Amino acid sequence: MSTATLTRHAISLDDATRFIWAEADILDRLDYRAWLPLWTKDGRYTIPIEHDAVDYDNQLNVAHDDEEMRQARVKRLLSGFSMSAAPPARTVRTISRFVVTAAADDLIELRSAMVLVEYKYERTRVLAGDVEFRLKRDEGVIKLDRKVVRLANCDDYLHGIGYLL
Amino acid sequence: MSTTDFGALVKDDRVHTALYKDGAIFDEEMERIFKNTWVWVGHESEVPSANTFKKSFVGNQPVIVTRDKAGVIRTLLNRCRHRAASVCEKKKGKQSVFVCPYHGWSYDIDGGLRKVPYADGYPEGLDREEFGLIRLRTETYQGMIFATFKQDIEPLVEFLGPARKWMDLFMKQGAGFGVKVLGEHRFRFPGNWKIQLENTTDAYHFPIVHKTFLDSLDAETENIFDVIGSGGWVEDLGHGHSVMVMIPDLIDLDDNLDAPIPDRFAELAEELREEGHDEAAVRRIVRAVGGTGFNLNLFPNVACSMAFFRVLRPVGVAETEIQHVAIGMGDAKETPSPAGNRARLRLHEHFQGPMGFGTPDDAEGWERVQRGARAGDDLWIMLNRGSAAPEGRPQPGHNAGDASSEVGMRAAYQQWKRMMTA
Ligand code: FES
Ligand SMILES: [Fe+2]
Repeated sequence: MSTATLTRHAISLDDATRFIWAEADILDRLDYRAWLPLWTKDGRYTIPIEHDAVDYDNQLNVAHDDEEMRQARVKRLLSGFSMSAAPPARTVRTISRFVVTAAADDLIELRSAMVLVEYKYERTRVLAGDVEFRLKRDEGVIKLDRKVVRLANCDDYLHGIGYLL
Repeated sequence: MSTTDFGALVKDDRVHTALYKDGAIFDEEMERIFKNTWVWVGHESEVPSANTFKKSFVGNQPVIVTRDKAGVIRTLLNRCRHRAASVCEKKKGKQSVFVCPYHGWSYDIDGGLRKVPYADGYPEGLDREEFGLIRLRTETYQGMIFATFKQDIEPLVEFLGPARKWMDLFMKQGAGFGVKVLGEHRFRFPGNWKIQLENTTDAYHFPIVHKTFLDSLDAETENIFDVIGSGGWVEDLGHGHSVMVMIPDLIDLDDNLDAPIPDRFAELAEELREEGHDEAAVRRIVRAVGGTGFNLNLFPNVACSMAFFRVLRPVGVAETEIQHVAIGMGDAKETPSPAGNRARLRLHEHFQGPMGFGTPDDAEGWERVQRGARAGDDLWIMLNRGSAAPEGRPQPGHNAGDASSEVGMRAAYQQWKRMMTA
């Protein structure tokens, strides 16, 4: 029956949440070198400014990274020469409240909630946002193809952020 | 030293640290500076047509910038004349009337009081002329809108003076299509507003603080950003304004249009040809995309910085909000080059904003200044760099120094002193 084929290729919610939690763990540990290979070649990492933004290419974003920009970003954050990232803030984030919004062979899209607490210089800050993920199975391996972090206060003033969301 | 002897706090080559941390000085600045000069409130493209508005600030006072039916741009205090509720809490938009949500007084887009519910509750009648939204004097130059509380101030063009030449040059990055706001990054840092004011003409910090930005560029571009010792200069333009020329080749974007298109823009040039631009326009847009080679600081709150407007808003003595306004080509009706503007947006994201490759490091530096300024009671901020003669071509008769000099900061603080002791 065809469902057997589907099951073989589909990415389950369980697969997806394990992947997303592993990514969150990588980011909180600042293990950015391990973060880069999580992405597909055409993957896009986007942090919009307008809360209802959809046309990211033609709008201003906080970040809208293709592969080259992600690599440059990681290089910068790990270089030791960025005043805002050396020493880095400590972050602890949780991602939950997953809702599957689309699923097809080798692909799943989810919506989720993220709460991130940042600590640096006697100061604790909280960032909250909705995160949309698109995960793709690429030669058998689950990869990030889209990640859109929609901060609750994205259209308000923010602060310098010296780490990855 | 008395804290009200403001003149004693600014010397020719240094300013007292109290200027960053004394709340009483901050309160006086809001009165003596921000209520007594031209303050940037927006760009014309942000109120593109009749009945459009945007919220803004003059100092720490909230205002609405509006364009009325006749196209007149106004700046109105965002405060109902009845019992002071804010009449607008949308960032920007289009509407012909502001209705106060508290008791329903309504105001036209030009600030006039339109209607008062149950008006017969005022037995003597209510003079509607007397209770419109308070209007500030508003003037524009090169699309930049400035407002002031001081009704009898000199005209804006006089206040800008020699800075106008640089504003004219700056707007050439519209590639002949005009300059239009594409969006803005907003962020705060816990520090005094003057710390960011100083930064716009501070080339000295660039190679140090922005090393990771420079490392992220290709070799060709990295060379362009080698801003110290490349023939640039800093020049005092009067009234606290100053310009820092970083890349002399990019002062006038109409020059060198026949130069070959740099490799890094080859792909963009191709996209522009596909958009239907002829070869002359392609060259013009490509040259405009990276912005100009200078930063123009306009005292007290706005800068034209390479490819964007940098706006500061004093929030408190140790709290400042910054907007980095991304600009591109076009006007209200037209976007002549989506590809060109996309390129500008990506360049803006690369350096600016809360997660850019440059801004968070600047913000960290500014915060460090504020934190460090807590130490010591009678210490001074040194602004004495730049005795070397400028390498470039400042206007004869203007005070100038080499690209890394602190001439621009000295110019701003002398204006601060003039206004605080007037
Ligand atoms: S406060 Fe605005 S109508 Fe009363
Ligand atoms: Fe900087």
